[in-house]
Amino acid sequence: MAVSISHGAFDPWQQLQLHQQQHLTEGQFGATATFVGTMRDFNEGDDVRSMTLEHYPGMTEHQLEEIIREAEDRWSLQDVLIVHRVGEINPGDPIVLVACWSAHRAAAFDACRHLMEALKSRAPFWKKETLTDMSHRWVEKNTDGYSATTPP
Amino acid sequence: MSVSVKFFASMRETIGQSELHLEIEAPQTVASVWQQATNDHPLPDNTVFAVNHSQATLNSTVADGDEVAFFPPVTGG
Repeated sequence: MAVSISHGAFDPWQQLQLHQQQHLTEGQFGATATFVGTMRDFNEGDDVRSMTLEHYPGMTEHQLEEIIREAEDRWSLQDVLIVHRVGEINPGDPIVLVACWSAHRAAAFDACRHLMEALKSRAPFWKKETLTDMSHRWVEKNTDGYSATTPP
Repeated sequence: MSVSVKFFASMRETIGQSELHLEIEAPQTVASVWQQATNDHPLPDNTVFAVNHSQATLNSTVADGDEVAFFPPVTGG
């Protein structure tokens, strides 16, 4: 497993390719499921100009590693990579990458979804938005990842 | 005993500082550390607690050298 907190912009597809080249053996895995979260320029009906992502150094890594270990106990996974951005970000910037490698698609799909939801509810990150009128506000809660009718 | 206390995100802004150290007598819980670290500031609803980087409750025991953190619900991803 690998967990990385990125203090600058990162390219999730480059990270995915690099990790796969360095840590996995071609022919040994049959499924790769990935989730990439990027910043929107709108939230709760308002236009968002930028955002600051804060984290709790040490606890963040500890929680992410624990979440991955739980997934590895539940599904047959060959590897997991999580990269999460912190600091000042702009709309369109990647925020998070979760990638799972396994022999078959079921484990890769299900574990990737589970890891992302566990990260959103347990990993100590916080978002503070700057709106286009230059006012600031903390994001107070996450949307429901399993709802089919999540509002914009 | 010595306890390190940290506040994050909106909690840091509410309390007005990010980190402090307490020299206090054992035994202590997360609740008693909050009272002494904040001079009995009302505890905001939905506050999350951690001791040594693991989630805790108000009743969790705090020992010498522990790091106790208080923060709002997480919103990453």
